[in-house]
Amino acid sequence: MTETAPETAPETSGATSPAALARTPLDALHRRLGARMVPFAGYAMPVQYPAGILQEHLHTREKAGLFDVSHMGQLVLRAPSGKAEDAARALETLVPADIVSLAPGRQRYALLTDDAGGIRDDLMVSNQGDHLFVVVNAACKVADEAHLRDGLAGLCTVEPLADRALVALQGPRAEAALAALAPEVAAMRFMDARPVTILGAACLVSRSGYTGEDGYEISIPADRVEEICETLLNTPDVALIGLGARDSLRLEAGLCLYGSDLDTTTTPVEAALEWSIQKARRTGGARAGGFPGADVILRQLAEGATRRRVGLLPEGRAPVRAHTALYRDAEAGAPAGEVTSGGFGPSIGAPVAMGYVPVADAAVGTLLHADVRGRRLPVRVAAMPVVPNRYKRP
Amino acid sequence: MLKFTKDHEWLRLDGDVAVVGITDHAQEQLGDLVFVDLPGVGVSFDQGATAAVVESVKAASDIYAPIAGEVTEVNEAVTAEPGLVNSDPTGQGWLFKMKIADRAQLDGLLDEAGYKALLAG
Repeated sequence: MTETAPETAPETSGATSPAALARTPLDALHRRLGARMVPFAGYAMPVQYPAGILQEHLHTREKAGLFDVSHMGQLVLRAPSGKAEDAARALETLVPADIVSLAPGRQRYALLTDDAGGIRDDLMVSNQGDHLFVVVNAACKVADEAHLRDGLAGLCTVEPLADRALVALQGPRAEAALAALAPEVAAMRFMDARPVTILGAACLVSRSGYTGEDGYEISIPADRVEEICETLLNTPDVALIGLGARDSLRLEAGLCLYGSDLDTTTTPVEAALEWSIQKARRTGGARAGGFPGADVILRQLAEGATRRRVGLLPEGRAPVRAHTALYRDAEAGAPAGEVTSGGFGPSIGAPVAMGYVPVADAAVGTLLHADVRGRRLPVRVAAMPVVPNRYKRP
Repeated sequence: MLKFTKDHEWLRLDGDVAVVGITDHAQEQLGDLVFVDLPGVGVSFDQGATAAVVESVKAASDIYAPIAGEVTEVNEAVTAEPGLVNSDPTGQGWLFKMKIADRAQLDGLLDEAGYKALLAG
């Protein structure tokens, strides 16, 4: 028995020696609850608990899952004026999203782009009144911090939030579980982000996540996170969920994993993330362009790109995993595209994938063939998400 | 009596046929299986050749032929219900049967004590 296709996240492939792995503030809790710990972006992280990935995935969709995402980067961007709007104006030089019009207490998904229009990272940005709060991917956080410091020098300061954990509480029972500790979170709507006191600890709560479910991400002082998590876990509806289920949940929800579905070789238009570039930043908008790669990205917004990220549903039962070549023909021809994430979707009880294909093959329903162990298996381009999201929209 | 490989497969000898599956340790390491790809009946494998693939939510794993031989039967029940490999790995979760080509290869396999020692590592 040899694992031939490891977990899709490229962050797991870093040959970090176990001794060098960082630990999150919830490390002891994970081990106490029987987690299987794996290296991920330089951290020891729980890939699953004794319940297993299938049950953890389904528990999150049916009740509420609690995820440790403390490995992610939490940054504060502050302008000398003390106004979030000035930090927003500065950040817009590095991201194509409209940050300036982001109201206090609101959060938005954004991309750090490079001069060729490629994606350096994807991130969440919220307006906290006197500063911007930014959450970036674990594997990118060191590079992101340096890039933001360089790019924003003289315009705003960039400081990592020290001694903070980050957890996500996701699923239909998340609201009831968190509102039991902080009633005001029930009134929050999707992408609201504001300070909330939980068990006396000053936390920052956003109504967001990365599973397609309603829920929250909660930034918590490191020395209080275990107690708050244990209190949440005392609710029968809440269970700890590992990175394995986090990956299958986000895949069913059609959400990109940086390093697999997005990287510096993919542009926001190719990645079907046009929605993350608001009107103000597009040609003819109030603050059009002015971000790295704007020439490429604005041209692709107008004219389209040659390839596109699409959802894929294999017609058989075999999972079609990352790096699998996609063909137009069942037998002949060169590859037309490639799978970037793929596995089994526990909520649909079938394999699910996403990947890049030529725009001519990107229409929903297009039949393609995936080369799995030398056999070309039929897959169909599918609308994403394959499991409808259940965000609590404003 | 079962024989084992260091790659976490087991064999149960039944005359000139060996029943092959993966061990409880293997299924536990893999997690919930969602797909099993079994060989065709009549196909012959060398010892150590990839004979089957089992897939969990997160990964695919090769299953090697523990000895040389021809596949005489495959367990269609695990194709329909891969979770049988998790729930009963040495019983209902068997994968395939092989006609033993060279009985001498059996001597190179581990017995239960040897396999337990390997796991204790």
